[in-house]
Amino acid sequence: MNYDERLKHVSVLGAAGKMGSGILLLTAVEMADISLKPENKGKTFVLNAIDLSDDGLAGLMDYLRVQVQKIAEKKAVMLRQLYADRTDLIENFDIIEQYVNDVLRIVRPTTAIETSYRSNLVFEAVSENKDLKVKILKQIDTNNPNQPWFFTNTSSVPIHLIEDEAGLKGRVLGFHFYNPPAIQKLVELIVTAYTLPEATQFANSYAKALRKVVVPSNDFAGFIGNGHFMRDALHGINQAIELSKTIPLTEAIYKVNKVSQDFLVRPMGIFQLVDYVGIDVVQFIMKVMNPFMVNEDLHSDLLDKMMELGVKGGQLSSGAQKDGFLKYEKGAPVAVFDIKQGDYVAFDSFSAKSDEQLGALPQNFKPWKAAVRIANNETHFTPYFAELKAMDSEGAKLAIRYGKRSDAIGRQLVSDKVANNEQDVNTVMLTGFFHAYGPINSFFE
Amino acid sequence: MKRKIYMTAGYNTVSMGTGRKEFNPKKDRPGLEYYISEAGKGVLNQIGGAEKVDESFIGNFMAARFNKQGHIGGFAGMIDPGLEYKPAMRVEGACSSGGLALVSGIRSVLAETADVVLALGVEVQNTVKAIYGADILAGAGWFQKRKNSHAYFFPGQNSDRAGAYYEKYGYDYTRKGMGKWFCNDMENARLDPNAQEFHNTTPDLEALYHGMKPNGKSFVDHLNVLDCSKVSDGASGIAIVSEEGLKRIGVDKKDAVEIVGWAQLTRNITNDPPEPLELTTIKKTAAKALENAGISIDQVATIELHDCFSIVGVLGVEALGLAEPGKGAGFIAEGNTSRTGKIPMNTTGGLIGWGHPTGATGVHQAVTIWQQLTGKAGATQLNITAEKPYGLTINMGGDDVTVVAIVYKRGE
Ligand SMILES: NC(=O)c1ccc[n+]([C@@H]2O[C@H](COP(=O)([O-])OP(=O)(O)OC[C@H]3O[C@@H](n4cnc5c(N)ncnc54)[C@H](O)[C@@H]3O)[C@@H](O)[C@H]2O)c1
Repeated sequence: MNYDERLKHVSVLGAAGKMGSGILLLTAVEMADISLKPENKGKTFVLNAIDLSDDGLAGLMDYLRVQVQKIAEKKAVMLRQLYADRTDLIENFDIIEQYVNDVLRIVRPTTAIETSYRSNLVFEAVSENKDLKVKILKQIDTNNPNQPWFFTNTSSVPIHLIEDEAGLKGRVLGFHFYNPPAIQKLVELIVTAYTLPEATQFANSYAKALRKVVVPSNDFAGFIGNGHFMRDALHGINQAIELSKTIPLTEAIYKVNKVSQDFLVRPMGIFQLVDYVGIDVVQFIMKVMNPFMVNEDLHSDLLDKMMELGVKGGQLSSGAQKDGFLKYEKGAPVAVFDIKQGDYVAFDSFSAKSDEQLGALPQNFKPWKAAVRIANNETHFTPYFAELKAMDSEGAKLAIRYGKRSDAIGRQLVSDKVANNEQDVNTVMLTGFFHAYGPINSFFE
Repeated sequence: MKRKIYMTAGYNTVSMGTGRKEFNPKKDRPGLEYYISEAGKGVLNQIGGAEKVDESFIGNFMAARFNKQGHIGGFAGMIDPGLEYKPAMRVEGACSSGGLALVSGIRSVLAETADVVLALGVEVQNTVKAIYGADILAGAGWFQKRKNSHAYFFPGQNSDRAGAYYEKYGYDYTRKGMGKWFCNDMENARLDPNAQEFHNTTPDLEALYHGMKPNGKSFVDHLNVLDCSKVSDGASGIAIVSEEGLKRIGVDKKDAVEIVGWAQLTRNITNDPPEPLELTTIKKTAAKALENAGISIDQVATIELHDCFSIVGVLGVEALGLAEPGKGAGFIAEGNTSRTGKIPMNTTGGLIGWGHPTGATGVHQAVTIWQQLTGKAGATQLNITAEKPYGLTINMGGDDVTVVAIVYKRGE
């Protein structure tokens, strides 16, 4: 079965979800492009968008139409050539409309999992629950005569466990998109000891067609991205708790968030990032990863407490940020949650004092937005962090400590053989988390 | 000419679109009505009101598609009730619609059917994304050829012209000339508060231009976006009057320009241009206008040249006889067309810097020349000498299909 044939009948499970909808969009476009190749004329391509939620599927189709239209507008130059023989399609408008139609006609929204019994390839993006994933993959495999391949998007479950328990030997791999799949360039690719080389090869070709950056990760819970992020977040949380021995926890959270964003020049502070991903998701992924940890407790009482209080963060379907550790106005944090009071405390009421205690940023500080644009930014960060190290302020000390921990986590991923090399760890954090510099560096020594 | 004809009381709205700080494609913006009204009132305020006007012409290319609005002549009475129940019509010749509004006014004054004409041009193009705007603008070519043309129709046509020029005279040589043309436009636009690129602050324009290589995969083979005119919303207006008309509106001749020659030629739209490296219609029309004026190009102080693409600047310089074929790019690269050069062109930024609200452009060109020759050009003002007292506008519709050329001199 060649690349095109593999993509002739595909299913996405959890297609109405955050990840599933993006995977569906990218796959639908790739399949449409293949179906429009002259040699595939007359062949019908099918992409089942499978989900439990009828509402979700209706919303999915709206989302698809808008997104496919945008994609078509961007590649109109190419589409004119693609439809050169269609004398009825003259203007860009006609051609774009036809392409949107050609993509959407491939997609079959459905709540019936049975439609996947004829697929050659199944993308799995249902909720992060190993037993659920195992159950449905097994069900499909039992009923599907095509020996389909399963690409799972799991964030934390080791792939070999799914392979084993669902009896998919060799036909499953981790194809771990980042959120949102349509925009994020990174894919972590995880194979088991048995994964068929053809499947890996196909996965690489498919990722390339989607213009993704592929980083291979070994099959350890959390892989590279969450392997780093969860520990990094835990460091931030524990740092705040330690500070809270002498100052209120609210102020401690504010400080650590500021240090991780400004002093470390990251796109957002660590508590904002936890809110962005969702406190529930972070807690859950830690829970899934923790049993696999050796000499390490990947768990936070503070996260549990937030969950008990029903404060979860995450995003509204509009993409707006929900309140979590921090409260947001127009996307920017303005207040911090006080566990004791069960309410938010405005930054304004204490931030001047905290900022003074942290101390000033180094002279040659550039915010993340400017720093990521510097072409060879080591020339900027080397003197920047040298200056930071020479400073005696609380902010500088917390930042250096944080940077060292982040570096150590990165190196541990290599020594634990989760990542094949340091470069892969850095690529994941640069590409998937938009860091301006890789966590493994020599800035903090 | 049978009668003396003057233009005065020019007015431009802002050219709105990317480049302007206040432009936000996601927010609601003023429409056709606003621009027609602002430009119309801007002229009327300088000539003593609508009562003085005999007739109105509004140049507009494609409101029927950009704004789903035909029948643009009907908006004259909206500008001022004093224009209602007087002759008014819209004229169209693609991007030379504005020039045709001017020609229509000139003809009416010559025919003695009017002594004071309000000539306007308007286009509001930011209503659709560029990729659909390209469909609409392609209406300036022959629709029978649309199927086999580029997604970006006009950039595609001019890319072919540029490609032919590169091939014959060398890529680097040509890009130097085109790049200089772009830089001149930007530098001039920064001097005119109404220009779309007025807010431009790029420190090194040359580096920006030459750092951006044409890419046929996302755009066209031989041009990048900096070689192209802007997508604009805007309107311009000017009064076209006889000597009696000047008296009626109370404007001194010194504050007006006299039209000393003009020409308007059109080639067959169903043919390809006879020569990819020549703007034949511009060449013929400009020659005829200069001949009618009885002057040579060397007596012209400044030119507004229809640079919808930088390559048209290069070929235009050649069509006007300022440089031999193949020497246009060098002529520009040497700085001859910059504001301090031998023959300054597009002193408010041209179509690439000031903007290109298609139906308004021909009128905008006349306003710029009127400002320059009467000393009203503000920060863009040139020093106009007695040896070279003339101004020239070249307004082109389609790929060198319809051309309007007008020669001006300050009234005396
Ligand atoms: N959200 C992220 O940032 C992110 C990033 C990478 C990977 N992931 C992983 O992707 C997967 C999906 O996550 P998500 O964030 O998109 O979750 P989500 O809750 O947004 O989507 C899950 C979807 O699966 C559907 N679903 C649940 N059970 C189903 C079943 N039995 N059959 C069919 N559909 C079912 C739900 O209706 C929902 O639409 C998880 O494994 C998650 O760990 C998430």
